Amino acid sequence: MMSSTNTEQITIEEKPAEEKPAEEKPAAKPAAKPAAKPAAKPAAKPAAKPAAKPAAKPVELPEFEKNISDKIVEKFGDKIVVSFVKENRVGINVDKENVHDVARFIRDELNYDHVESVSGVDYPQDKEIEVVYHIGSYSDPSLASQLIVLATRAEREENPIPGKDATRLPTLRDIFYSVEFHEREVFEMFGVYFTGHPDNRRLLLPEDWADLPPLRKDFAIKGR
Amino acid sequence: MTNEFLPPGLALQKADEKIMTLNVGPQHPGSGHMRIIVQIDGDYIVACDPDPGYVHRGEEKMAEYRNYITNIPHLERPVIHDSCNVLYPYVLGVEDLLGIEVTERAKYVRVICSELNRCIYTMYWLAIYGIFLGHSTMFMWPAGDRELLIDLMEKISGARVTHAHFVPGGVRNDLPPNFEEVCLRQVNYFEKRIREYAAVFYDNPILISRTQDTGVLSREDAIRLGVTGSVLRASGVDYDLRKKEPYDVYEELDVHSNVMKEGDSYARSKIPWLDMLESCNIIKQALEKMPKSGSVRVKLKPNPKGKGLNSVYKRVESGRGSLGCHIVSDGKVEPYRLKLSVGSFRNLIALPYLLKGEKLGNMPSVYWSLNYWPVEADR
Repeated sequence: MMSSTNTEQITIEEKPAEEKPAEEKPAAKPAAKPAAKPAAKPAAKPAAKPAAKPAAKPVELPEFEKNISDKIVEKFGDKIVVSFVKENRVGINVDKENVHDVARFIRDELNYDHVESVSGVDYPQDKEIEVVYHIGSYSDPSLASQLIVLATRAEREENPIPGKDATRLPTLRDIFYSVEFHEREVFEMFGVYFTGHPDNRRLLLPEDWADLPPLRKDFAIKGR
Repeated sequence: MTNEFLPPGLALQKADEKIMTLNVGPQHPGSGHMRIIVQIDGDYIVACDPDPGYVHRGEEKMAEYRNYITNIPHLERPVIHDSCNVLYPYVLGVEDLLGIEVTERAKYVRVICSELNRCIYTMYWLAIYGIFLGHSTMFMWPAGDRELLIDLMEKISGARVTHAHFVPGGVRNDLPPNFEEVCLRQVNYFEKRIREYAAVFYDNPILISRTQDTGVLSREDAIRLGVTGSVLRASGVDYDLRKKEPYDVYEELDVHSNVMKEGDSYARSKIPWLDMLESCNIIKQALEKMPKSGSVRVKLKPNPKGKGLNSVYKRVESGRGSLGCHIVSDGKVEPYRLKLSVGSFRNLIALPYLLKGEKLGNMPSVYWSLNYWPVEADR
């Protein structure tokens, strides 16, 4: 009796995503094959190896992902750097002046609609803090497994006064609403102030926290 | 930091004769380990401000000080009931960084463990949902029935919770002898039991009157807010990573993702239950298709290192939705940076949105229907 009541509420939507994994899979496979052969024919081996390698190279860059990165490169040219193109992931590095425009382009033209994760990475040797947005799409089934990894860098000050120093980035909250809490977390953990964010308060840290932003590299855990 | 960055409730607030500010939590049975600051006008909520962080443990910072293997036991702490799923993206990411290929049998064992854990977590969540609504049968039944699966996990890993069973390269130990039979028997009985919950809980007119049409999240808003897991699927978006970005052997299994269109608390509370039935189905398929023998662990060299500056982002479908792990490696034995992007934290953004205009009495049902686990959100 009960199984009949819930089947009518379960619906399966959009099937087309099924073909996606099939087209990406072959990329990984061919590279592993030649290495497994034992060295039975020493003369033939060296000749076969270099021939196999360049042939495998173009297959290595997945076509669908390459397409996405090409579209962004076409629009922004040398304002961005494509850091990597691998299966389901496209990495884009952009400076903070252009991050807003690139994000808007990703949302409006490429159909990405939400941010999964915002992580800060501290690079004290470069005097910079990198903020990495992982942007995905729910509404476009062909992009379901794809993520754009948009990275931008903020200036890093040695003695931070969070919110009052030059460690600033433009917020993406007006483009992707879903970054709201993520950016608040990056602000308290790294001291990166997001200009234009409507609610730059702390989220997780205790109210009386008066130390460095704790995920910076120079904040050391005691006893380690 | 100065006063302006403090959460409200600590700073002085403007008084108003009509609007009252109420702190729910952090030690309140209706909030879990977090505080929800609500402003109410009579019985209606006009604004809500979630204040998590009371169980923040600095998992991400700790991970930077431990090597890839010693990170395993502490990274599962955010959700001990779902420990296999919390470790899953981390383990997949480390395997990607180190270039390890896992054996077929290990992949199946992982899928079984992760589905068992999904059920164990969801039963716990359901038990608390029951007690939030004052339905104490729904607290007792799931709390008792999850023992069936905990026993199975204990047979596999030796621990009832916090299994630390997944390691880069496979799983820690092979399944015990005769496991398939026992597992099938327990899972069949478990499935029969949870089907009975419909009569006592999901078809219960009291539950329906309290949850239907409360806290409605439309499809467009669900996408805009970037919520995930059961919250997203209850709003009519068919997005399950086990289908959309299959990892390990999910591609070879027939996974059905449950979607409902209503987007209210009732739909959000029902989807995890439907997911448990689906998990039972997946476990049975996996038991059938699993290679009967073979290695389950690729031995690693001690202190494995990543290759140069490299980053990887892996995600899996956990009990609370997509769970991502962003690992940046700089070629040392420890990760340079490790970020967990967890479903609870992503779903939290929907709370102020859903509670606005809702009655105060509906707050617990809306809040817990978000499939929110405070410890996981804080990390």
